[in-house]
Amino acid sequence: MPPWLSLMIESLPSLLWACLLFTVPLTLLSFVLGLAVGFITAIVRLFAPRPFAAIFRFYVWIIRGTPLLVQLFLIFYGLPSLGIVLDAFPAALIGFTLNVGAYTSEIIRAVLLSVPKGQWEAAYSIGMTWPQAMRRTILPQATRTAVPPLSNTFISLVKDTSLAAAITVPELFRAGQRIVATSYEPLILYVEVALIYLVVSSILSSLQVQVEKRFSRYGGYIEAAS
Amino acid sequence: MIALEDIHKSFHDLEVLRGVSLVVPEGGVTALIGASGSGKSTLLRCVNLLEIPQSGQVRIDDATVRFTPGGKVSRDAVLTLRRKTGMVFQNFQLFPHLTALENVMEGLLTVLKWPRERARTRALELLDKVGMTAKADAWPANLSGGQQQRVAIARALAPAPKVLLCDEPTSALDPQLAAEVVEVLAQLARDGTTMLMATHDLRLAATIASNVVYLDGGEIVEAGPAGQVFTAPTDARTRRFISTLTAATPAL
Repeated sequence: MPPWLSLMIESLPSLLWACLLFTVPLTLLSFVLGLAVGFITAIVRLFAPRPFAAIFRFYVWIIRGTPLLVQLFLIFYGLPSLGIVLDAFPAALIGFTLNVGAYTSEIIRAVLLSVPKGQWEAAYSIGMTWPQAMRRTILPQATRTAVPPLSNTFISLVKDTSLAAAITVPELFRAGQRIVATSYEPLILYVEVALIYLVVSSILSSLQVQVEKRFSRYGGYIEAAS
Repeated sequence: MIALEDIHKSFHDLEVLRGVSLVVPEGGVTALIGASGSGKSTLLRCVNLLEIPQSGQVRIDDATVRFTPGGKVSRDAVLTLRRKTGMVFQNFQLFPHLTALENVMEGLLTVLKWPRERARTRALELLDKVGMTAKADAWPANLSGGQQQRVAIARALAPAPKVLLCDEPTSALDPQLAAEVVEVLAQLARDGTTMLMATHDLRLAATIASNVVYLDGGEIVEAGPAGQVFTAPTDARTRRFISTLTAATPAL
């Protein structure tokens, strides 16, 4: 066996362990929480009175306008100066959640607006209240449109979690760095790390196709006659 | 009884309805006719409060809602009134993520909280009434326009509304498909369904309307039994409007 291959095989367990213990939970948790933040942000910006909407617009502006790495450093290294000391993982979780929330809020806002106004009217015309119309009529249609762009965000997130290495979260990339520090084989190790990310994102992409198929069972949208 | 009293509605600076009062007799079909922009659609949408009038009063049976400029109406009052109506839209607006049957069941399940089986039985009866039983499990995207509109009629009738509001129900359909919708509406009229209908379709109006209301510039110009308004209109504007319609359909 060539030495590069044995090094790869030797380091695989600790890399996969780091992926399973930190990369995957960080991705899943921050995506789910971020979606919740994004949904609330979208609803407030679309339907709430102006001052509330302005607060959330400010939040989206800050997050989208500053680098994720800087945000993570502010939370982990900056907040202690204000007396707020967080462990690395919760700090990363907060950073990624806020980030996902800001980006997905724009997606959710757009897909909610993409449902024709006539669908709201049809829902109201059979006596639905606003929450009923939202839950039963608008959301199911918006969700379908949202699957591709949200999957995009999700797959980006998997890879972005490598930034958490910079604030000492022992995730996949940092685990790779550690091994490089002792083996002095950056090429081999970083290729291996890249391959693991590639496999994970490929699995997620194929899941996206499955989800899209499930949603496409009812055919296309009906073109509104006008 | 459905009664509108002195309804005023403006969009920004545009005054669309200038004090319209109207009584819709029960068990009959009232057709609202008039040129585009005459306010007939808006008037219809003021009955189920998809548009909130600036002033006036809408009454359906025991439910009355009064509007005053700057005044707020309660959400519950709006819902109570709206739930006595059903509406059929020009472009159908079926829920695309639900089958034909589920479309008809939706209001019964979500709004009236009926148990599933009961809603299903009622929905199947209604689909039968509009001749769509065979397509009960079809997605709206796989139905023709006429079929979609017939399902939409069943959906609107499901909660047994006091009045069926039809907003140009045939004008998005080619003549052949419009005919099947006219046929369904005519049958409903014979069954004594109270309907208020905005339409350009003179065939539709002539076939099933018992009363005709002619609107122009947001005001009622002429109203009366269908035969009288169509054959012997008293107002010059009505005469001109009717003649332009009949000119296009010489067979009438």
